[in-house]
Amino acid sequence: MTLDTVSIAQTTPDNVQPFAELGLKPDEYARIKEILGRRPTSSELAMYSVMWSEHCSYKSSKVHLKQFGEKAPKSDALLVGIGENAGVVDIGQGYAVTFKIESHNHPSFVEPYQGAATGIGGIVRDILTMGARPIAIMDPLRFGPADAPDTRRVLPGIVAGVAGYGNCLGLPNIGGEVTFDVTYAGNPLVNALCVGVMKHSDIKLAKAAGAGNLVVLYGAKTGGDGIGGVSVLASETFGAGGSSKRPSVQVGDPFVEKILIECSLEIFAEDLVVGIQDLGGAGLSCATSELASGGSGGMKVVLDKVPLRDPSLSPEEILMSESQERMCAIVEPAKIDRFLEICKKWDVTVTVIGEVTDGDRLEITWHGALIVDVPPRTVAHEGPVYNRPFAQPAYINEVNSQSVNVPIPKTAAEIKAAVIKLAAAPNLADKSWVTSQYDKYVQGNTIQSQPDDSGMIRIDEETNLGVAISTDANANWSYLNPYQGAKLALAEAARNIATAGARPLAVTNCLNFGSPEDPGVMWQFAETVRGLADGCLEMGLPVTGGNVSFYNQTGPVAILPTPVIGVLGVIQDVRTRTPMSFTKGGHELYLLGSTQPDLAGSEWAFLHNQRVGQAPTADLAREMRLIELLLAGNAFFVAAHDLSQGGLAAGLTEMVLRHKVGATISLANAGLNLLSESPGRVIVAIEPSDTAKLETLATENEIELLKLGSTGGESLIINDTVISLAELSKAHTSTFPNLFG
Amino acid sequence: MKKLFFESPAVSSKRENKMAKIVVEVMLKPEILDPQGNAVAAALPRLGFTFAQSVRQGKRFEIEIEGEPTSTQLAEVEKAAEVLLSNPIIENFVVRVEA
Amino acid sequence: MRVGVVTFPGTLDDRDAARAVGAAGAEAVSLWHADTDLKKVDAIILPGGFSYGDYLRCGAISRFAPVMQSVIEAANNGMPVLGICNGFQVLCESHLLPGALTRNSDLHFLCRDQELEIVNNQTPWTNSFAKGEQIVIPLKNGEGSFQCDDETLTFLEGEGRVVARYVGGNPNGSRNLIAGITNAKGNVVGLMPHPEHAINPLTGPTAQGLAFFTSILNAMVK
Repeated sequence: MTLDTVSIAQTTPDNVQPFAELGLKPDEYARIKEILGRRPTSSELAMYSVMWSEHCSYKSSKVHLKQFGEKAPKSDALLVGIGENAGVVDIGQGYAVTFKIESHNHPSFVEPYQGAATGIGGIVRDILTMGARPIAIMDPLRFGPADAPDTRRVLPGIVAGVAGYGNCLGLPNIGGEVTFDVTYAGNPLVNALCVGVMKHSDIKLAKAAGAGNLVVLYGAKTGGDGIGGVSVLASETFGAGGSSKRPSVQVGDPFVEKILIECSLEIFAEDLVVGIQDLGGAGLSCATSELASGGSGGMKVVLDKVPLRDPSLSPEEILMSESQERMCAIVEPAKIDRFLEICKKWDVTVTVIGEVTDGDRLEITWHGALIVDVPPRTVAHEGPVYNRPFAQPAYINEVNSQSVNVPIPKTAAEIKAAVIKLAAAPNLADKSWVTSQYDKYVQGNTIQSQPDDSGMIRIDEETNLGVAISTDANANWSYLNPYQGAKLALAEAARNIATAGARPLAVTNCLNFGSPEDPGVMWQFAETVRGLADGCLEMGLPVTGGNVSFYNQTGPVAILPTPVIGVLGVIQDVRTRTPMSFTKGGHELYLLGSTQPDLAGSEWAFLHNQRVGQAPTADLAREMRLIELLLAGNAFFVAAHDLSQGGLAAGLTEMVLRHKVGATISLANAGLNLLSESPGRVIVAIEPSDTAKLETLATENEIELLKLGSTGGESLIINDTVISLAELSKAHTSTFPNLFG
Repeated sequence: MKKLFFESPAVSSKRENKMAKIVVEVMLKPEILDPQGNAVAAALPRLGFTFAQSVRQGKRFEIEIEGEPTSTQLAEVEKAAEVLLSNPIIENFVVRVEA
Repeated sequence: MRVGVVTFPGTLDDRDAARAVGAAGAEAVSLWHADTDLKKVDAIILPGGFSYGDYLRCGAISRFAPVMQSVIEAANNGMPVLGICNGFQVLCESHLLPGALTRNSDLHFLCRDQELEIVNNQTPWTNSFAKGEQIVIPLKNGEGSFQCDDETLTFLEGEGRVVARYVGGNPNGSRNLIAGITNAKGNVVGLMPHPEHAINPLTGPTAQGLAFFTSILNAMVK
C-alpha cells in the first residue's frame, strides 16, 4: 500500500475505503465526500472516524444538551461555560476554579487498572489545559454485584488504577462513590472528577489564533496506544465475547504527567501560550482540529515531525493514537525559545509541528505530501447530529403502578436487624478498603474528604477561602423516573455542599446511559437532561460542562440510567465549616425536613429486590430553603449530615461511627421512618442552648423540624432498640475486607 | 489491529544493523519477603493451577547493544547492574547474553 | 535558619515540607535536583513523593542526582538531613542509612492516620519530643516496609538507632515495626510517615508533626 495523498484521492474517487470498520455509517461517509468534494484520504477518513464517533462528537446527545445553554440561569460567577475543556467559575478574591467530571467506562472493563488510571490522567489534563493547577480529584465508581467473581477482578484493579495514577500525580482524592448493581456487571462506571485553581488572569482557552504562531506538541512521545479507542470502544456495545479489545486500551505514565503539569504551569506563569489543548480521546485529530476551529481556522501541520515511540506507525495511526500525557500549544515565535528552555529544564520532549495560517483549512503533510486538507470545523464541531427517536419504555408504567412490597421492622429486634443489615450492605458499608488506597493529604489543603458529605479544599492559606465539591447519583430513582431522578440528584449534591457551610455555585455532570439506539434508553436520557436543565435553572446553578457516556450496555441489558451530578460551592472560611459528626455527648439531635413513606428506589427496597414504585417528586423550592437554613445554621451547628441512600438508619449509623460517639433517639413509627429515603433531609447536632435559634431558622425557612434525641454513650439507641457501637462498627467495616481481601 | 494503512519506511531500515541483547535478571534475595510473589502463588490454585510450591517475582532488563558484546562491555553491564539496576542490600542479579 | 528542601522530578510533598519549615519559624530554601549548590543551608529535607515515578525502585534514580553528591558530602560532615517517605528511600539507596524500603506486605498503597512512638529523641529532628512520646501523623505509601539483615537489625536496636516505631499493629510489614531510623552519627534521619501533613488540625489529624521541624531549630540554636 502506498501513501494515500490528497492528489491521489482526487484522481481515484472510486477506491473502496474501510469506513464501516472505522465506525462510520454510509450516510456519514457520503457527507464527508460532500464536504471535501472528493473521497477522503485514508488519513482524513481516520480523523473523521474518530472525531465523529459518539464519544467525541456527542452526536446523539447534542440536541438534548443544548438545553443547558437555553435554560442556563443567569450567573455572574461563570467565567467559562460549556464548550471549552472545562467550565470556570469565579470564587472571589481573584481566584477562579475549574472543574469537570468525565467517564472512562469501557476501557476500565477491558483493562481495569489502565482504564481507570488513564481516566484520571485525562480529566486532570482537561483541567491543566484551562491554565489551572489541579488540586483534587474524586472518583464515583459503579460495579456489578459486590459478590460477583468479575467484580473481584474489576474493582481492585480500578481502585488501584485510580490510586496509582492520582497518588503519583500528587492529587488528594477527596471523595467519590462506590455503588453496586447487577446492571453494571460488564459495564462498570469509572467517572473521574478533577478540580483546579488559578487566578482570573491565568485562564487559557483552546484556540489557535494569529497567523504565523507555532503549533507545538509536548509531553510523551506518540505510540500505538488506544488506536481507535474512541471509535471502537466507546461507540459500540460489548458483544458476548469479552477481552479481545485489549490492544485498543491506552497505557498511562503518571510520572510523565506530573512533569507535564509542573512544566506547563511554569509555561503558563510566563504567559507563553496563546492557546492550548490536551490530547485526549482522538489524540492529534482532536487537538489540531479543535485548536484550528477555535481560532482563525487555518493550520498547517508537518506530521512527520511528531516524535514517535514506535517508528513503525503510519500517518493514519499517528493521527488516531491516544498515547497519554501529550499537550498541544500555540506559541508566538518570539516566545518559543523560552518555551523550549522550560521544557528542557523538566526534560519534556517538545517539537514544533506546524503553524497557524491565514486560511480556513487544516492541512497536514507527511514527508512533503499533502495527506489532510479539511475545513477543521467540519471535523471538530460539525459532526453528525442525530435526533434519535425516543419513547417512554413499557417498564415505566409497569413499575410506577406497583407498590414496593417490603417488610417493615416493628419490634426492637427487627429494628436492630434492619439497621445492621443496612450498615453492612455493600452500597452503604464502610469504604475504607477503597479510600485508604488514596492519598488525601498531599498538597496540605484538604479540609474534608471521604467519608464526609463533600470534599473540601482550602484555596488560600491567608484568608482560608475554600471550595467544596460533591458528586451524587441515584440510579434507582432515575430508573423509576428519569426526570425526577436528575432533579433529586442535583438537589442532593447541592445539599451535601451546604451541610458543610459552603454555598453551591456551579454544576458538572457525567451522564452514563445504555445504547442511544434503544428508544427507551434515549427517552431516559432526554428526560434526564430535561430534568437537570430545569433543576439547574430553578436552583440558579449553571452547568459548566460535563460528559456523556453512551453504549453502557451488554447485549439487551442497559445499565440503570446513571446521571452523576457534581456540584461545586464556595466557603469563605474553611475554619468555620460544619463537620459531619459530633465528637462528644450532650448535644441535641434534630431532623430537618419531612419524612414520607418513600421506599421506592430505596436501599431497603434494593436489598429486597424491589425495583418498583414511584420516585419522590423533587421540591426544589424547599431544597433551596433548606440550603439557606444550613448556611445560616453553620454559625452554630455542631454537626450536620445529609440523608440519602439508607435514609435515617444509615445517616445515624454514619454519624455515630464517625468519631465513635453514640446517640439516644426517640422516633415514632420507627421502622418506616428509619428506612424511608425522602429527599431534602439533614440531621443536625446543636448545643441545647441553641434550640430556639434552630426553631427560628426552621420556621423562617419553612422546613419541618423533628427532635430526634441526644448524643453520647457507646450505643445507638432507638426507642427500645440498643445497638452497641462495637457491633455496629463490626457490621459496617467488615463487608469490604470480606469481599475483597 | 489489522494493518489497514501504509507502512512507514523507518521500520525496514532498522532490520539492517546487527543487535545483541544482554539480559539482566534481578531477584529479591531469598530471605526478603516477596509479597507480590506470594500473591501470585495464592492466585494460581484459585485458577486451577496446582503445580507451584512457591513463586518469587523479579525483574528482567533487556539491553540492546550494537554488534557482539565485548568483555569490557559485559563488565560495565555488571557494574551498572550492581550500582543501578539492582539494590544489593535486598537483591541479587544475573547477567547473560542472548543471541 | 535555612532549611533546604530538595525537589526531584516527581517529588510531591516539597511544598508541604516547606510550609512546615516556615510554620516552625525557619526559612525554607528550594534546592533543585540538577544543581549541586546547597545554597548555604543549615539542614536538608528530602521530601515525600514519587520521584522518577518510583521507577526501577523508589529513590533509585534520584539517588544519583547531582544535588545528592552535595547532600551526601554535607551529611558525612555532620549536616542534619531528614528523609521523609520517598526521601527515606533515597537515603537508603544512597547508603546514608542502612536497610531498604520494600513493597507493603499487603500490596496496597495505604493512607492512614498512624500512631507512632518516638523512640529516640536525641537526633536534631526529634529533640522536641519526650522519649517514648506517642503521636499521630499520616502514613501514606505503597513501599514502606523496612527490611534489613539480622546483623543490621541487631546494631540498629542495640545502638538506639531506631527513631520511631509503629504503634497499634504493623501497617506494612516493617521489621520490628520500624518507622524511622538514624545513622551512627545521629544527624541523618529517615522517617516513613509524614510529619509535614500534621502541622495543623485543620488539614491533618493533629499538629504533632510540627515538633520534627521545631526540633531542627532547637538543634541549630545550640
